[in-house]
Amino acid sequence: MGESLQSIVNLVDPYTLQILVNIGIAIVLALGLNVITGITGQLSLGHAAFMSIGAFTSAVITLRTGLPFSANLLLSGLITAFVGAAIGYPILRLTGDYLAICTLGFAEIVKVVFLNLDITNKALGLSVPPARSPIPMPIIVWVVAILSIIFVCFMKESRFGRALKAIRDDEIAAEAMGINIARYKVQSFAVGSFLAGVGGCLYAHFLSYINPSDFGFLKSVDILSMVVLGGLGSIAGTVFGASILAAAPEFLRFMSQYRMLVYGGLLVFLMVFRPNGLLGGINFTDLVLRAIGRKPATAEVNERHRK
Amino acid sequence: MLLQQLINGIALGSTYALIALGYTMVYGIIALINFAHGEIFMAGAFVGLLMVAVFKMNIFVAMILAMATCMVMGVVIELIAYRPLRKSSRLSALISAIGVSIFLSTLALMIFGADAKGFPDTAFPVRQVKVLGAEISTLQLLIIGVSALLMLGLEFIVQKTKIGKAMRATSEDYNTAALMGINVNRVISFTFALGSSLAAAGGVLVGLLFNAVSFNMGLMAGLKAFSAAVLGGIGSIPGAMLGGLLLGVAEVMGVAAGYSSYRDAIAFAILVLVLLVKPTGLLGQKIQKKV
Repeated sequence: MGESLQSIVNLVDPYTLQILVNIGIAIVLALGLNVITGITGQLSLGHAAFMSIGAFTSAVITLRTGLPFSANLLLSGLITAFVGAAIGYPILRLTGDYLAICTLGFAEIVKVVFLNLDITNKALGLSVPPARSPIPMPIIVWVVAILSIIFVCFMKESRFGRALKAIRDDEIAAEAMGINIARYKVQSFAVGSFLAGVGGCLYAHFLSYINPSDFGFLKSVDILSMVVLGGLGSIAGTVFGASILAAAPEFLRFMSQYRMLVYGGLLVFLMVFRPNGLLGGINFTDLVLRAIGRKPATAEVNERHRK
Repeated sequence: MLLQQLINGIALGSTYALIALGYTMVYGIIALINFAHGEIFMAGAFVGLLMVAVFKMNIFVAMILAMATCMVMGVVIELIAYRPLRKSSRLSALISAIGVSIFLSTLALMIFGADAKGFPDTAFPVRQVKVLGAEISTLQLLIIGVSALLMLGLEFIVQKTKIGKAMRATSEDYNTAALMGINVNRVISFTFALGSSLAAAGGVLVGLLFNAVSFNMGLMAGLKAFSAAVLGGIGSIPGAMLGGLLLGVAEVMGVAAGYSSYRDAIAFAILVLVLLVKPTGLLGQKIQKKV
């Protein structure tokens, strides 16, 4: 089976493939942050730290044990989720900007600790051997990306997801309605960290080299930009934002040295003219219902929301 | 040796405090984490370096010119990137700030190149002075002196002048201040100008202290100064000064104790610990939950 899949992958030229894989990984990471920031409303500036925990865990598992890649992927996600929950428990008492700062500080600490540990090869970084799996990497990345999209979609509309949205919209009212805020926040943090860990694992095995310095503040900002650009809380928006920003460096390659300059300017420009993100505030169910000539049930709520 | 390390720490800490003041003032008024502030600090260092190295100016004149340039920069950035976003979500403003920061550091990279540049030796003649058995360089005295002077000046502006009063009123309650006839936009521009000029002075001083100015110096210094602002209680001016000094001293002490490879983590570890114990920072006011 592996060979036939490999031949499908070979049909796509390597450059396009690389962009596609980058987009796939970005979608997994951005979805994770969207659960924390978009759906639960907890601003996190340290998503790259969870990504690095996943990346290094999976690299060490591949180097030291003989686990197959699927188990590795799951395990590094779970370990990251555990770390996320353990850290989330004390710091989620903080609200708003204080939480953002705490996650930022935490991310810097993780980076420095990884830069000093022997098991992560200190500042030299780790070379990651190829994944132990017959299925080629690009296919794994896209299967995982699609699974995450489906998972987050279902989660968002479940009882759990609605509780998270209630916390985002009004914490005190949610508490008054009997929602255990602390527990839900930690769980949402764990889900987000799980996806970050999975994304980190994919990233490590696709690039085959990881360095703690790659997971700094700017990486967190990158992921946050994807979520905000697409529209907070919107899954279609996240996928869209992740696709645009993950591919942007390639599209802007023709202006080589001006690339980051344009990127920075673009962020400002988009925020000024579209502060809610490209797809923010658009409800796709509504659009479909309108298209077939029926009045969406949520229209009234949205009207009120806009005021 | 304790005194020696203490003075090293205070010199480093007062530069953090200078940058932290800009964060805290802007946050106090429009509740925005101005991530571009670290880049203004970097720009200030470059302008100062340019004045000293190319135009052969006196270091003090260079510092004043750097402060003036960054003042304009701060106001322009506010006008372009933050003012249109005043009514939208805070997260959009944050992303916009990050965009500005990426823009400015890339611009500096393109203009000045990737390698760190140093101030010429003639910029400020460094001598060692012996005080109570500790070796203090005149540079450290300059840094502590200039920072103290600027902070006193700021305290005077905020407490004694009319615009300072308007600043305090605006940070207390934005809408009521506007109703009372305060030109809120002017106050915000003024706050940005003030904060940016302090950051520029900090940039020139740090450039002298480490004898290195580079395009990416803003990021780490900005993050640490920001931690200092939060540590002291964000929105509080004395808090920023206290937080900066504490972080500077803690960092130098940590390095002296042999944890130099954890240098950058010390400030953040303290930050996280303080936030967990006292979420509003050392001198911050308690935020009331409103139903």
